[in-house]
Amino acid sequence: MSTTAAAVSADATPRRGAFSLLKATGPVGIGAAVVIALATLVAIFGPLLAPYDPTLSDLSLSWVAPTGGHLLGFDGQGRDLLSRLLVGARTSILGPLAVVILCMLAGTVLAVTAAWRRGAVDAAISSGLDIMFAFPGILLAVLAASVFGAGLLAAAVALAIAYTPYVARVLRGAALKERSQQYVAALEVQGVSARAICMQHLVPNMLPLIVAQSTILFGYAMVDLAAISFLGLGVQPPNPDWGVMISENQAGIVQGYPLSALLPGLCIVLVVVAFNVLGERLFEQAQKARQ
Amino acid sequence: MGGQLGGNRLELINWSFLLRRLAMLLASLLVASFVIFAAMYLAPGNPIAALSGGRSLPPSSIKVLEERYHLNEPFLVQYWYWLKNALHGNLGISITLRENVSTLIASRIWTTAGLVLYASVIILVVGIGLGVLSGLRHGALDTSTLVVTAVSAAIPAFVAAIVLILLFAVKLGWFPALGNGTSFLSNLQHLTLPAFALAVSSLAIVARVTRASVREESNREHVQTAVSRGIPTRQVIWRHILRNAAIPVTTISGITIASLIAVAAVVEVAFSLNGLGAFLVGSAQSKDLAVVQGISLVLVTAFVVVNVLVDILYAVLDPRVSLGSRAA
Amino acid sequence: MSASRPVAGAATTAGHRPNAALLQVERLTVRLPVEGAQREVLRDVSFDIRGGEALGLVGESGSGKSMTARAIDRLLPAGAEVDGSIRFDGGEVGSLTGGDLRRYRGLVAMIFQDPRAHVNPVRRIGDFMTEALRTNLDVPRSTAERRAVHMLAQVGIEDGERRLRQYPHELSGGLLQRVMIAAALLTEPRLLLADEPTTALDVTTQAEVMAILHDLRREFDLAMLFITHDLELAAAVCDRTVVMYAGQLVEMRSAARLHDDPLHPYTAALAAARPDIGQSARRLRAIPGRPLSAFEAPQGECAFAPRCPHAVDECRTGVPELVDLDGGRSRCVRASELRGRLGVAAGD
Repeated sequence: MSTTAAAVSADATPRRGAFSLLKATGPVGIGAAVVIALATLVAIFGPLLAPYDPTLSDLSLSWVAPTGGHLLGFDGQGRDLLSRLLVGARTSILGPLAVVILCMLAGTVLAVTAAWRRGAVDAAISSGLDIMFAFPGILLAVLAASVFGAGLLAAAVALAIAYTPYVARVLRGAALKERSQQYVAALEVQGVSARAICMQHLVPNMLPLIVAQSTILFGYAMVDLAAISFLGLGVQPPNPDWGVMISENQAGIVQGYPLSALLPGLCIVLVVVAFNVLGERLFEQAQKARQ
Repeated sequence: MGGQLGGNRLELINWSFLLRRLAMLLASLLVASFVIFAAMYLAPGNPIAALSGGRSLPPSSIKVLEERYHLNEPFLVQYWYWLKNALHGNLGISITLRENVSTLIASRIWTTAGLVLYASVIILVVGIGLGVLSGLRHGALDTSTLVVTAVSAAIPAFVAAIVLILLFAVKLGWFPALGNGTSFLSNLQHLTLPAFALAVSSLAIVARVTRASVREESNREHVQTAVSRGIPTRQVIWRHILRNAAIPVTTISGITIASLIAVAAVVEVAFSLNGLGAFLVGSAQSKDLAVVQGISLVLVTAFVVVNVLVDILYAVLDPRVSLGSRAA
Repeated sequence: MSASRPVAGAATTAGHRPNAALLQVERLTVRLPVEGAQREVLRDVSFDIRGGEALGLVGESGSGKSMTARAIDRLLPAGAEVDGSIRFDGGEVGSLTGGDLRRYRGLVAMIFQDPRAHVNPVRRIGDFMTEALRTNLDVPRSTAERRAVHMLAQVGIEDGERRLRQYPHELSGGLLQRVMIAAALLTEPRLLLADEPTTALDVTTQAEVMAILHDLRREFDLAMLFITHDLELAAAVCDRTVVMYAGQLVEMRSAARLHDDPLHPYTAALAAARPDIGQSARRLRAIPGRPLSAFEAPQGECAFAPRCPHAVDECRTGVPELVDLDGGRSRCVRASELRGRLGVAAGD
């Protein structure tokens, strides 16, 4: 391979740093990123920030309104609401994170394998994925809970499995397009191994799409995991989790004490809006970059 | 290719595509049923204890049970018997309610079906309507639609449920907060808040995709061709913009409506509705495995069938589709 | 335009006055919103087209050729500002609304560069061809389809009935462009706006489509505005040619003479930039610099001056006027001085 030919077909895809990628999403995107950063901080440091023990219950304080020492008041079982919200952020945010990491890993591996090998391997993976579409996430999580018992881990793995075909389908398209680029053929001719081409070129070039996809998926995972906890099949009480808290305090809605159920709901909506908005913008950027 | 002569409707259907999709449907259902059965097979717990309700039985009765339920046969044989029975409508017996699972399902399926249908109508009418309006005109309506749908797309069904109960049942008293109705009309009234709770986020997603598709189609060159030929605006909108936007809109509507089948469980629990989803969740908690199997099978079947219908509809709407599944 | 049958009425009028201007464009200036500001894309453009006449409109991309056609068919994007006047058959086009505008668009048909993008991909060919007839002229479906099949035969597509049932993606680009031409002719227009109709096609198909267009235009006594970047092609099919540069008209002359004996240095450069099989290849020259839009071009001087090999100080003192010369018009201050020296043969 002559040097000029190699130069012509070199991988010229511009790689952008995380910061410039974020800056391109505009003020709304940056605002969303700030909300996400705050939520992440609370998820990490929540237990340290919590003024009280989130599981300490005093039934005589049930539904008591906000006071000086207890900024958000008490829930139905007389526990400090602010402490429960802060500590509950951990499972509410780290749970979806685990789901996203799992399904993105599986989805990327499947997509790149299908796109790289093409032919029969691609056909097998693609129809396997089509068949996997049969299970909606929540249903698979309910099945997992009835087999392995209720809990966050089973629910998260079940959701990751259910999301994988969606991820793989989108990424496969991108991987196929990348695979057909001139530089890939050039690298192959030069004897670079398939694994090296995939790891050093294909996947890095798909990264904006992968990031965008993860961001959007995080919102879905958060809603679905909270729903499973709301159903009593995820995080188990008395551990605080935003989904669990809504379920515990739903009675308060009818009894005239809506705050304890509304606030965790608001937290979920806020974080999910931030992820959706940022994800949508990152997706637009990724599409633009691919043209 | 449908290049045969004659303009009959049969030409609209790509038969090989249809057959392939149907084969895929059967494969999906087979794999799904296998997964459902295998999951329950692997679940911890002694099936004899489950069948006897925990009582200790004499060895002779155990033998009878083992034979009746093929418990000593190999795994695949057991699966085969289970599948055959399921196809005949025999889904086993609930250990907690001591009743036929099929009967239990039959008495609850209409609540879930009604809820999903009601929510689908809301999504199609409001979601697509809003999307088309905001896609066709720029300005205040469009901007506010964008903001409102961005937020409501992020509202989970159970959060929507508590807010709707608070506003329309507790504060305003327009609708009942919980439970099923007794007649058709009161059922409709009882299902209204749940249906809206179920529809909220999907409606927003459908509205956003519809808006984007209408915008995109409006800017197509072929729309300009139609305008340059003096075709009236109303016709340009219907025959060119909306007709073409219908392709992605159908796909997104179908996918979101299919997903309601599972999410309905959350809404049923939130509103204490006596539907399949709430029953499934309760049975999962009490480890009533036959019920979990039965309901999962029904829900997965419904989900897969709706998805295949969407694919077929997509192929009918878009003559360019000849192979493979819908574009991602 | 108030006649109940404008198509028939218009055809007879044209027959009586073969030399009257069918389309008159006068001092047309168009501004479009570009990046937040109104930018000029057409500046003071005037020309006319007589009934049955073919006028070539030549220039590089961005010179305003397509915008001119869009302005004539009232297809400018939202936010466009239009000054000057466009008159069709004596009536002011800018004031047309509703049904009148739609009837006008029926009389002025447009053919686009990329048939693949300009035909709705999800409707059948028959639907595309008969749509205007059925909705605007209330022609029953069966009649419209019969006429479509007949018209397809005229553009060299024999199995019209089968084609009507097909979808655009089942036809080749050349075939689809013929379908577009046939569809345009179905409403019996009097003026055809052809916006680079052959640019997107491969070379052999180009020639076929041009021949069809040429023959049918003669047969239907159809006036045509033929937009191209190819001077020679314009010379072959048009009666007169207009050359545009940076949103301005720089030369107008009979097509044959303009090509062989250009009056404006830009026209000469365009002619020299085209490979000529009959001549040696050394003449092939690119025009230095890049083509400019009207709002990018220098103001208050000749827009072509920065790229012009003949530019002198005088060229930069003001915008040159169009001057009459040798039966044509040229926007060059040195036009009479350079006369005869810009031709292809005199180039070297």
